[in-house]
Amino acid sequence: MAFLTNFYVFLFYFAALVLVTGLVFKIAQYTMTPAPLKIPTTPAPTTTRGVVLRMTREVVLFESLFRGNKWTWIFGWMFHFGLLLVTLRHLRYFMEPVWFPIQLVQPFGIYGGMAMIVGLGGLWARRFLVDRVRYISSPSDHLILALLVLIGCTGLLMKFVFHTDVVEIKAFFLGLYTYEIQPLPADPLLLLHLFLVALLMIVFPYSKLLHAPGLFFSPTRNQADNPREVRHIAPWAKQLEQK
Amino acid sequence: MAKATFVVPELTQYTEVPAVTPGAMAHSLPFVAKPEFQGALGFPGELVDDWQAKAIDKMGDLLGKYRSLRVYMDACVKCGACTDKCHYFLGTGDPKNMPVGRQDLMRKVYRRYFTLAGRFFPTLVGAEDFTKEVLDDWYSYFHQCSQCRRCSVFCPYGIDTAEISMAAREIMDSIGVGQKYCNEIIAKVYKIGNNLGLPGPALVDTLEGLEEDVFDDTGVKVRFPIDEEGAEILLVTPSADFFAEPHVDGLIGYAKVFHEAGVSWTMSSHASEAANFGMFIGSYENMRRVSQRIREAAIKLKVKRIVFGECGHAWRVAYSFLNTLAGPWDFLDPRYPVPQHICEFTHDLIQRGKLTFDKSENVDKVLTYHDSCNVARASRMGDVPGGQFDIPRDIIRAVCNHFYDMDEDTIRDRTFCCGGGGGLLTDDLMELRVKGAKPRLDALNNVMQEKGVTHMAAICAICKTQFSKVLPYYGMEMDQIISLHQLVGDAIVLTPGPDDDAEDDDRDDADDPNEE
Ligand code: HEM
Ligand code: SF4
Ligand code: SF4
Repeated sequence: MAFLTNFYVFLFYFAALVLVTGLVFKIAQYTMTPAPLKIPTTPAPTTTRGVVLRMTREVVLFESLFRGNKWTWIFGWMFHFGLLLVTLRHLRYFMEPVWFPIQLVQPFGIYGGMAMIVGLGGLWARRFLVDRVRYISSPSDHLILALLVLIGCTGLLMKFVFHTDVVEIKAFFLGLYTYEIQPLPADPLLLLHLFLVALLMIVFPYSKLLHAPGLFFSPTRNQADNPREVRHIAPWAKQLEQK
Repeated sequence: MAKATFVVPELTQYTEVPAVTPGAMAHSLPFVAKPEFQGALGFPGELVDDWQAKAIDKMGDLLGKYRSLRVYMDACVKCGACTDKCHYFLGTGDPKNMPVGRQDLMRKVYRRYFTLAGRFFPTLVGAEDFTKEVLDDWYSYFHQCSQCRRCSVFCPYGIDTAEISMAAREIMDSIGVGQKYCNEIIAKVYKIGNNLGLPGPALVDTLEGLEEDVFDDTGVKVRFPIDEEGAEILLVTPSADFFAEPHVDGLIGYAKVFHEAGVSWTMSSHASEAANFGMFIGSYENMRRVSQRIREAAIKLKVKRIVFGECGHAWRVAYSFLNTLAGPWDFLDPRYPVPQHICEFTHDLIQRGKLTFDKSENVDKVLTYHDSCNVARASRMGDVPGGQFDIPRDIIRAVCNHFYDMDEDTIRDRTFCCGGGGGLLTDDLMELRVKGAKPRLDALNNVMQEKGVTHMAAICAICKTQFSKVLPYYGMEMDQIISLHQLVGDAIVLTPGPDDDAEDDDRDDADDPNEE
């Protein structure tokens, strides 16, 4: 038992480290790479305020995807919104006392979990049913879906079928903040669920999950359309002018 | 009527999404640039020995210089939203013409050499070594992208395949694999001043001819000035405008508008080209070098404003990049945007009631309008987003009685490329051009059947040339494509100048040259 607990302690420290350093590295890399030319997909907002609005619509509503493909949008949005609710619901394991908004979201988190599974199911089905999407799918695209579906299913199973001791789990995670190791319940389903979550955290910065930070750095979406008014020039391009 | 060595697709009421047909266009290759032209652009003449290492180095270099490339290589989730958006996929069914399929040609190399996952688990994430076969695929399929950016409209992260095609072409150029059409044209601009290689004296001749033609037609002396120092406006226009049909009718239109505006203007033999093929090959340096000619001409001719003629990608470079590449423009009149589009100029005069039109001159035509990709999705006109859609349409409505838009899904920012953009307007890619035009022509055919549309106006030299060439393959007439400013020029009522009265005597018969 002590071994299992210790293993998960190590696993979560490691996963958190990989996730944070990996993301910090990637975000730093995106920030430091210049965009030498103005390339917003037009019509584009002409002000920073407008850009913030456009980006918000992309992040919250998946506006471009909505115009692009309704099925993918429905399933994709269900999955992500579900994931968001589930994540918010899970925050109760990481804080004491639990914030009021997080308390409020608890029941919705359950529906979120279901929406997430349905959404993932639809997205996965497209990878088999639509010849174009089948063509562009590589094994990793299926594996990441499998990973998320498994996380969702093990989670829902614990909620509805094989209950586990949530008080102990919470103690385990709160203990991680101060390196006071608390025992983890030895339920196989829980251990699998947590293992997969750690795996997700580890692959995040090395996979297509980089779409989440990537979107905010996409020049076609985050630039204001004002090239005639403001001269835009990258440092490396400026050097050409000295020659 | 053009004869095809391939099967020309049948037009359909709605453009259907074809079944995936791997390899359908694998045989499509443009001619390779000759060593001398490669050299003129600063590229090696032919494939260098250690090309693989050099190409990967270059990719690393570009990943550090272009955030677009960096983010787009990582961000794609293979959602498939872009897969049915490219006209080349819709026209050919080749999956490597799906935007994401095209991107993946580069992404698999990127993953192999620049990501942990691709280094350790290549098959899992679809990473591949940069082999000669992969390079051949690059050459084929990165020259099947017209850089129209339609895919970027629908991608949830705005992934723009044009950025990736440009980078791929830059990498290929850097190892000595260049495309003949683009690179020879750029070399011609450096040597002579324009894409068509028209030297200054030939231009002067052509313009004098145009002056005479317009005078014979209208009895009004409309000027076509070139290299006139101290003029207020420098007009930079694609060189096709100097003589090719239907382009030249557009140039006549601009001249008449300037005449009515009463401003002094000039063209330049040094910057006698609006086009900038440096963009197509993704070369910042070459794009900058071509742009600098405009700055030099503006300084030399002491103009106050710069106006661009009808050309799609040229307007992208002008509107979005010129300030970056050749600015700052602080020596020009700050009351006007730099540069301006001829449509902005004409539209402004119409708004202020400065132009008079006789719409009956265009009564034989029922019009539709083709939004050129680079104008629609990569630039703007006027003060508000979307002006690039409304301003040209407003102008058409002001000079014609009958105007109908094509299907909503195929216009404005969802417009379909003509099939010849992005440096593909060359006869060695004819099959691609014809097949890629299908989605646009499906929509055109619909309004021809349903609304009796007879002509399609455009504001892009490449679109005009491409349509005149491909319309006949589909049983349409090559002259159904016209310049927007031809419509303006035909309808505009000219005010005679002081010198016109002196020559008044030959005016009556000049009015209608056909009536003799
Ligand atoms: C800023 C936050 C995020 C935004 C705006 C966003 C947006 C999107 C969009 C628009 C898609 C394409 C549609 C679809 O296939 O669902 C997508 C796909 C995907 N997202 Fe996200 N996402 C975000 C965060 C996340 C996170 C945190 C995860 C996982 C932990 C995730 C996992 C996925 C997966 C696995 C796919 C691919 C689904 C498939 O295979 O079709 N996303 N995301
Ligand atoms: S930019 Fe245009 S031509 Fe290129 S892949 Fe995208 S849709 Fe196709
Ligand atoms: S729409 Fe964007 S994210 Fe989706 S497959 Fe195409 S390029 Fe990738």
